[in-house]
Amino acid sequence: MIVIGGGPAGLAAAIEANKAGLPAEDILILERDREAGGILNQCIHAGFGLHHFGEELTGPEYAARFLEEAKARNIPCLTNTMALSLSEDRTVTFVSPTEGLSRVSADAIVLAMGCRERTRGALNIAGTRPAGIFTAGTAQRLVNIDGYLPGRKVVILGSGDIGLIMARRLTLEGAKVLRVCELMPYSGGLPRNLAQCLDDFGIPLYLSHTVVSISGKERVEGVTVAEVDENRRPIPGTEEYVPCDTLLLSVGLLPENELTREAGIALDPVTGGAVVDETMQTSLPGIFACGNVLHVHDLVDYVTEEAGRAGRSAAQFVLNGLDGTTRKTIPVKAFSGVRYVMPQLVHTDAEAPLTLFFRVDNNYRNKVLTVSADGEPVYQIKKRILVPGQMENVVLRSDALNRMKNASSVSVSLSDPDGKEGSR
Amino acid sequence: MTTKELTCVVCPMGCQITISLDEDGTVLSVEGNTCKRGDTYARNELTDPRRTLTSTVVILGGTDKLLPVKTDAPIPKKDLLRAREALRELTVTAPVACGDVLCTDFLGLGVSIVSGKTVEAC
Ligand SMILES: Cc1cc2nc3c(=O)[nH]c(=O)nc-3n(C[C@H](O)[C@H](O)[C@H](O)COP(=O)(O)OP(=O)(O)OC[C@H]3O[C@@H](n4cnc5c(N)ncnc54)[C@H](O)[C@@H]3O)c2cc1C
Ligand code: SF4
Repeated sequence: MIVIGGGPAGLAAAIEANKAGLPAEDILILERDREAGGILNQCIHAGFGLHHFGEELTGPEYAARFLEEAKARNIPCLTNTMALSLSEDRTVTFVSPTEGLSRVSADAIVLAMGCRERTRGALNIAGTRPAGIFTAGTAQRLVNIDGYLPGRKVVILGSGDIGLIMARRLTLEGAKVLRVCELMPYSGGLPRNLAQCLDDFGIPLYLSHTVVSISGKERVEGVTVAEVDENRRPIPGTEEYVPCDTLLLSVGLLPENELTREAGIALDPVTGGAVVDETMQTSLPGIFACGNVLHVHDLVDYVTEEAGRAGRSAAQFVLNGLDGTTRKTIPVKAFSGVRYVMPQLVHTDAEAPLTLFFRVDNNYRNKVLTVSADGEPVYQIKKRILVPGQMENVVLRSDALNRMKNASSVSVSLSDPDGKEGSR
Repeated sequence: MTTKELTCVVCPMGCQITISLDEDGTVLSVEGNTCKRGDTYARNELTDPRRTLTSTVVILGGTDKLLPVKTDAPIPKKDLLRAREALRELTVTAPVACGDVLCTDFLGLGVSIVSGKTVEAC
């Protein structure tokens, strides 16, 4: 089994595969960075592990628990090693300083390459292209790993968690964070991060605002901010010039799926990741996916859980040749208010309990979430608050699964308690 | 009677809590929290708001340039910036293990500074 990516997803997949009976010497983790641990290495803030370990850890502490376990189990991990290509027959080509260019065929592959940051927000902004424009994650790496402060007077575009965490971090490092602008009328970040990263330091959040142009020749000298209308277009006359030397972009993450696409694996246009069934298997037998490469997670605890499932399924595939493709699957679709559901396919004989993960497309209050099989509700639950920034889940027990068995499709949707669909 | 709205930051649920107070500041009720920890958080937030500080310190002779550190317990919110500045004075030498105590009773706040990562000597 080859695991591509040594972040929390890759590590948990390898550990769980080993626990499921796959010998450590039959596992190989490929990690392109100089150390495993993934994005957690630069996330020095606390906020990891409350679900999984019942205590609040920092990113590196959370990673350390898995790095130590992988080491204790003697699971081989090649660092400074980049997977360059993946073929349909599960052959991986990779390059590393010790092994050179190698090609290895595996019985099972786990895709755990994580995400990269969207830069789209930068491309749309008018004006000059001076130094001083960073993605929030790059700034995080500069501050927390390399020890550089990217600037002193900072405007942040986008209120995702990384942007919020960086607002606090830069403030603690002595920079002045002037404001955070969010295009949408709500923040995509966790409410706790709005409270402890912005409110604690008196950093203002401007909802429905964007940066319309950047000024400065060599270095950023300022940005022009404007309010946007409901179609997210800047409202003329609301422009305001904000002098600053740095613009951080926190405009979302994109699953890193070049290898997946190249191998011909089916992708979900909404998540940007592979289409998987509940065993985490992709459209190619023996290739599994988990973590941020599959869909963007806000909590690493769920990554660990999901990756564990992928690792166990991959181990079973290697040990028993368990081929999911001979079993029948039902498509699971998102409707009114629900942006996507993962897994996108469920086997008719899926084991209970089955968890469906989903995200909503707006802020909602007091809604009913319904899982239906061919239009017939099989499970309903009231949800008090639903926000796009938080991944939600529903757990289906055997009674619901039994009622789904013979359906041709399953849907997940939001409605008002009185039965009306979709309204906010 | 007055009310105060706040977001519980104890866990990622981020419950919206409403505290009701009478004229002399006595807490009449705490509502909106999902668990007991939220109640405790809300009451402390009124009298003695505290946060855990996470930051980095310079590490010499190691495979990394910076070592992530944290206070082993929350410190008063008003001391966060001062504590961050004081951490600049702290330099450690590799090797350091995750969980090692680097400094006790930091700034007289009664908390220790703990290493958040294992860094080998190079
Ligand atoms: C800034 C930030 C703040 C966050 N804050 C929190 C928080 O407070 N609490 C919380 O629970 N979660 C938080 N998260 C989420 C959590 O960190 C992620 O969900 C989790 O790290 C995802 O794990 P992963 O293994 O899927 O991806 P990653 O951690 O990104 O790991 C992927 C790994 O794959 C490697 N890789 C990629 N491509 C290749 C290739 N071709 N060959 C070899 N290796 C490759 C990469 O180098 C990387 O090490 C945060 C995330 C970010 C970015
Ligand atoms: S009240 Fe409890 S559940 Fe709600 S955010 Fe606080 S700790 Fe979490």
